[in-house]
Amino acid sequence: MSTKKEKVKDLDEVVVRFAGDSGDGMQLTGSLFSDIAALAGNDFITFPDYPSEIRAPHDTVSGVSGYQVHIGHKKVYTSGDLADVLVAMNPASLKANLKWVKKRGTIIIDTDTFVDKALEKAGYDENPLLNDTLDEYNVIKSPITTLTKQGLKNLGVAPKIAQKSRNMFALGIMYFLFNRDFKATDAFFEKKFKDKPDVIEANKKVIRLGFNYAESIGVMGTTYNIQAAKLIKGRYRNITGNLATSWGLLAAAERSGRKIFLGSYPITPASDILIELEKHRQFDARVFQAEDEIAGVCSAIGASFAGALAVTSTSGPGLSLKSEAIGLAVMTELPIVIIDVQRGGPSTGLPTKTEQSDLLQALFGRNGECPTIVIAASSSADSFYFAYKAAKLAMEHMTPVILLTDGYIANGSEVFKIPKMSELPEINTPIAIPNDENFAPYKRDEKKLSRQWAYPGMEGLRHRIGGLEKEDINGNVSMDPDNHQLMTEYRQEKVARVANYIPDQEIYGDDTGDLLVVGWGGTYGALYEAVKQMREKGKKVSLAHFNYINPLPKNTEEVFSGFKKIIVCELNLGQFVHYLGMRQPKFQYYTFQKIKGLPFMVSELIEKFNKTLEEK
Amino acid sequence: MTQNNNSNDTVSILTKKDFVSDQMVKWCPGCGDHSILASLENVLPKLGKKKEDIVVVSGIGCSSRFPYYVNTYGFHGIHGRALPIACGIKMANPNLSVWVTTGDGDSLAIGGNHFIHTIRRNFDVNLILFNNKIYGLTKGQYSPTTPLGQITKTSPYGTIDEPFNPGELVIGAKGTFFARVTDKNPKYMSDIMYRAAQHKGTSILEVLQNCVIFNNGAHNEITDKDKRDDNQLILEHGKPMLFGKNKEKGIRINGTKLQAVTLGENGITIDDILVHDEKEEDPSIHFMLARMHLPELPVAIGVIRDVDSHTYEDMLYDQIEERKVSSPYKCVDDLLNSGDTWEIK
Repeated sequence: MSTKKEKVKDLDEVVVRFAGDSGDGMQLTGSLFSDIAALAGNDFITFPDYPSEIRAPHDTVSGVSGYQVHIGHKKVYTSGDLADVLVAMNPASLKANLKWVKKRGTIIIDTDTFVDKALEKAGYDENPLLNDTLDEYNVIKSPITTLTKQGLKNLGVAPKIAQKSRNMFALGIMYFLFNRDFKATDAFFEKKFKDKPDVIEANKKVIRLGFNYAESIGVMGTTYNIQAAKLIKGRYRNITGNLATSWGLLAAAERSGRKIFLGSYPITPASDILIELEKHRQFDARVFQAEDEIAGVCSAIGASFAGALAVTSTSGPGLSLKSEAIGLAVMTELPIVIIDVQRGGPSTGLPTKTEQSDLLQALFGRNGECPTIVIAASSSADSFYFAYKAAKLAMEHMTPVILLTDGYIANGSEVFKIPKMSELPEINTPIAIPNDENFAPYKRDEKKLSRQWAYPGMEGLRHRIGGLEKEDINGNVSMDPDNHQLMTEYRQEKVARVANYIPDQEIYGDDTGDLLVVGWGGTYGALYEAVKQMREKGKKVSLAHFNYINPLPKNTEEVFSGFKKIIVCELNLGQFVHYLGMRQPKFQYYTFQKIKGLPFMVSELIEKFNKTLEEK
Repeated sequence: MTQNNNSNDTVSILTKKDFVSDQMVKWCPGCGDHSILASLENVLPKLGKKKEDIVVVSGIGCSSRFPYYVNTYGFHGIHGRALPIACGIKMANPNLSVWVTTGDGDSLAIGGNHFIHTIRRNFDVNLILFNNKIYGLTKGQYSPTTPLGQITKTSPYGTIDEPFNPGELVIGAKGTFFARVTDKNPKYMSDIMYRAAQHKGTSILEVLQNCVIFNNGAHNEITDKDKRDDNQLILEHGKPMLFGKNKEKGIRINGTKLQAVTLGENGITIDDILVHDEKEEDPSIHFMLARMHLPELPVAIGVIRDVDSHTYEDMLYDQIEERKVSSPYKCVDDLLNSGDTWEIK
């Protein structure tokens, strides 16, 4: 669509990072850029990286908000290690992000912001535009602020709006560079700023100013084109992990015929699940923003007792607060789904950063012998299926299920192939029959060991349950020693038998080899990409990525047995490997651990795997 | 919504016996809890609800063993958390009659947060607060209602913990129903429980309940036969606030305060006496009534406040019904395919 004859080069993939002050609109800029990629039929994964403060101190490194997107003509598995293109709206964003840019990558800079005060606040002793800092990069220095303000002068737009539109100038440059058109973005402006025609005009104008500017200065000898990805036939959309999780729960409610109840308390990075489900009253969703985390889970337990598909959503600190109540759900053998969108810990930790450090809390963080099913989603899109699965397992086995996601896949987004509801597996809830004379609250299904679900309103099934130990079958309070042993073993065995109802552990690659890479949850993309690249180079490496953690798939031992070495990779100090040591003690495990609040990079994984292969 | 709404023929055949469970009642002999149980068993058949549509929920403490002793659906929760469990039940099925039994420790200490927020939201649940001013089940520690200075196991030199008056808390939290009774008069307690059940919204019924073991006689000044006429003000809606053996005393408002006066003394006539209006929206007088205490003033007994307001679950269900009509999404397939999607052929 450009008028001049730049060379257009086809790219297989590109990683773009937008960075600016929090409040510069970088998340919006980035998501508009990925939306356009979606409409062009590309595959992509996004990674928002933002500070926990709403408006952190202006122009400081701690206030930098970033958004990375990895776009591909082929399937992409991560949000990308290093960026091919960085848009840096101020000195602090350059300072914070330069290390994430490939050598010889392109950096688009708003030179207007590189003034003494901002440089000083960013921690630059001298202006990086004037020394050799950026020698190894292709830098496009543009007076973005000035050009935006000049361009809007004739529109009579308020200076504040002009200042806020700078991000669209930068986006316009990117549209030129990647041969994108404005149609969908214009439509977005019209919808988003429906009641502010001046803002719509300003944005439309500025994005074109950026585009035309890029075209006219001719700094880009080459522009790029990413052909549509060859994805399986079907309908697609962009989806974040939190959205996928929310919709997976709605799908499970509809499929099971149970009304969904969510009791939750706002917490980063899980709040989007609460926000999303609040919108869906039309599906009979009873969503309750409780006074605290404990009320969130307890209201869910009450709703479950009353026959609803009950859910509570939280992040690590909230899971700690819910511990006692999860024990109550274990004791009363009621289905609830607990979603933990993990973030950096302990305590308040790193609220907006990703980590996998709640695994042991999910498995063991309660008083007494207190097993729950623990599963983990491995990408933004498959959060839909694991949320669905969590609800299915909870209701079919009458037990709490903890679903672990993390900040990376929850806030990140990717292309999602839209399923048909009729294709999702059935959910068979063990609901009691009214007036069944043989009903007893703690009578168990022979195979699953689950009890029946009888809820208030059902005739002839009145019973009392609670947190005190229950007598086998009749559910009366019992302090009998033998009964306690029996019931404790039942609760344990009930969860263990879930292994009969989950799929075998799959292996990506061969069943035997020199190295088995083991991971779980949200690190799937990076591990897959690293193993794929090594296999392409002929290395005998395979991947076993776990979604089912308690219980583990039945063939876990068999999977591990096929390899000379096993390396367990996780974003914590070794929680899964610790657990594997208990459950599969006969193997020796190498480990790769990272705890920086960031996802794995493919390059660091490959480096580690190569070293592990060489180790004697 | 479920179809099993109450019908009159079901109601008429229910009696107290229908609600007595097969479990052995394990409270101490002489405990005030027995009278609360008897009162509730008397009320439940009168609610116009099927047995299946009644749920009793509790937290932890002596009061919280209650669900085991009533033959309805019951849930014995964890310490302090009866209310959020009850609210979850109510949101899942608003047709249910939900009762919460709790103590002063359970609901005002560990469960204090849930107490005020449930009241504020006005869920239609009935809470019976067994106020014995002590922790009984954990054997005698002071509670949030223990009078300042009282010696208990955890206050060997007297408590230095300023106590709550539950009524003040309820009204401060925008409560729509607050009543107070003693455990010495189960018949009257049943009447007030019935009133609590009839109230649409959160009903808080404080029972001045005696713990024979750890705080025996805590309410004697109020409940003793020879003192109760002078020390209790039995409130009746629309009636002047009179008390004393021959109703010779009354309550008037003097400046900004309530004052106990004797009819005929200093020119006081019945016209000077406050008339109780439990329906008054403005909670000021209700607040003053709730906080009346000995020795200056008698303790208010009966329904102090009973005002109409919207309940949380009614508003929730109104929104659900409205959205079912107005939402473009009729099923989850619609939602999955909404917004920006694209087809790969």
